[in-house]
Amino acid sequence: MSLLEIRNATLKFGGVVAVNDLSFSVEEGEVYAIVGPNGAGKSTVFNLISRFYEPFAGSFQFDGGNLLDCKADEVADLGIARTFQNIELFDHATVLQNLLVGRHRHRKSNLVEELFFAPRVRREEHAHREAVEEVIDFLDLQPYRDKMIAGLPYGVRKVVELGRALASGPRLLLLDEPASGLSVEETQDMRWWIDDIRKQMGITVLMVEHDMGLVSSVSDRVLALADGAKLAEGTPAEVQSNPAVIEAYLGAGAA
Amino acid sequence: MRIHFKTSYEHDIRLFPDRWSFGVYAALLILAVLLPFLIGEFYLGEVTNVLIWAIAGLGLMLLTGQTGQASLGHAAFLAVGCYANTILIEQGVPFIIAFPLAGVITGLVGVVIAIPVLRLHGIYLAIATIALSILADDIIVLLEPWTGGVSGKFPEVINIFGFEIERWTMPTRFYYLVLVVTVVCTLFYRNLLRSPLGRAFAAVRDSEVSATAMGVHIARTKGTAFGLSCMITGWAGALMGYYAGTFNNETFSLVISITLLMMIVIGGLGSIHGAFFGAVVVAFLPQALSIGKDLFIGGSVAIPGLETGVFGLILILFILFEPMGIYGRWMKIRIWFELFPFARKDMFKRQKSYLKTERLR
Ligand SMILES: Nc1ncnc2c1ncn2[C@@H]1O[C@H](COP(=O)(O)OP(=O)(O)OP(=O)(O)O)[C@@H](O)[C@H]1O
Ligand SMILES: [Mg+2]
Repeated sequence: MSLLEIRNATLKFGGVVAVNDLSFSVEEGEVYAIVGPNGAGKSTVFNLISRFYEPFAGSFQFDGGNLLDCKADEVADLGIARTFQNIELFDHATVLQNLLVGRHRHRKSNLVEELFFAPRVRREEHAHREAVEEVIDFLDLQPYRDKMIAGLPYGVRKVVELGRALASGPRLLLLDEPASGLSVEETQDMRWWIDDIRKQMGITVLMVEHDMGLVSSVSDRVLALADGAKLAEGTPAEVQSNPAVIEAYLGAGAA
Repeated sequence: MRIHFKTSYEHDIRLFPDRWSFGVYAALLILAVLLPFLIGEFYLGEVTNVLIWAIAGLGLMLLTGQTGQASLGHAAFLAVGCYANTILIEQGVPFIIAFPLAGVITGLVGVVIAIPVLRLHGIYLAIATIALSILADDIIVLLEPWTGGVSGKFPEVINIFGFEIERWTMPTRFYYLVLVVTVVCTLFYRNLLRSPLGRAFAAVRDSEVSATAMGVHIARTKGTAFGLSCMITGWAGALMGYYAGTFNNETFSLVISITLLMMIVIGGLGSIHGAFFGAVVVAFLPQALSIGKDLFIGGSVAIPGLETGVFGLILILFILFEPMGIYGRWMKIRIWFELFPFARKDMFKRQKSYLKTERLR
């Protein structure tokens, strides 16, 4: 059984068909990449999985359960974490606090306990911090731990956003263009991290990425989208050499 | 410069990050406890007033500074707290139960109101909350049998197991009561800040989308923030009733709501310090103005709207030049001295965050 299985998903914005009868599935433990020209509907697929958008049609299964039964704020509880194409961090909080929000789904204490900072709250805070420190070590974020997001450079923010998603302890990680806007060195780091996330942490990764170098080096399978529909699916090499894919990219370039 | 070496997770979880700040706040508390022996009754009354405003400021700060929801209706919740406390005591409930309960009742009223109101954003939220302030006045008049309507009410002398507290005849006792409430509210606020809920508030303030993706229920979190904010505001309202000695439908007006909001902006949004700094400004501005007027213009000249005008001007200057409020300025001065002589000129300029817009499609 696949970890994530999407069948015949369709979503329209007014007249624009953003996702068109799309089916694909992501297996546990793999890195699955979605590529496609701008406006192909890649981010929209993520927003469907996050339940920000209601699909017109289609079935969404996660780990055997119906994803459509969940509200947007319940998706995290299933173990699905994500980053955003435009970086959506909590700007007026520190890096540490941002990562700690990633732990929110593990909150067990209630309002009254927190008002009095009951022993249980303290105990859990320790556990949250332990988990977050692991992420900080993994992503080399130590120098920024207590810095406000508002003052951080773009590249660091991208890493913090990845960290916040990891801090939630997900089973499936959705990365929307993890390397866009990053320097060559930063992209290289991102590549090691994605590799380690899959191999060491055993987290399944579904990512959208334009950088074909990164895509072919980390992903097991690639899905090429155009106008919301599947163009090709297969290993990175297969997809890159697919005539329809080449056509779509050249066509998009020529238009 | 103080250098923080973090040796354990406790460092971030503790009430006070280091010994130095523990020392500062301990000294401040000792000073507050000794204050009645150091200053006269008149000034003690003024300090009491500052503390009551600070409690109200903490209440609104939790909602506006922490959760990012502006409210111009908080005077209505001062009123709810004040009337609830007074009515409960008139019904024979002892103060020690009535007072905390008044806050809880205000909080619950807040939650009920929050459910429809917090669906609105920005300016619409502000307008809806203005309506609350105006409605409160009418409702108090309508509920005359309970509220005393236009003729108002006088709170009874506080009685805690036979120990009496009255604002005019026993200002020291009243001051201590207010001080205790202040400390409790500050602790509540601080505890929230270091707990998941406080971080969820900040998350909702800064990005509702990603807060949702992290599993934060937006409406519930906003509702909780509104309720907690109203609870603290309700306590401040009850204390204001005692401080004023009498209150009616006009005591908790829209002007009070606006003053409260201006107060926390001037003090510094999003920080506990901001509520206190703002309270000092609000409580002492009228005095400072009348002294200044006596000096420069002569005491006999009345200038209508002077207070409001100066207050508005201060607010505008802060928004233009120091959006972080007095607390922001204070932090900058402190860091400048800590780094002396290594502070750089542009140190507090924000780094540009480019690429916030999507690539052109
Ligand atoms: N909220 C929305 N309302 C209306 N139209 C939308 C919305 N979101 C996306 N679209 C449209 O849906 C289509 C797919 O957009 P989407 O953001 O998914 O593209 P993408 O593949 O992520 O592109 P990019 O590479 O630029 O990120 C586009 O035509 C876009 O204009
Ligand atoms: Mg996109």
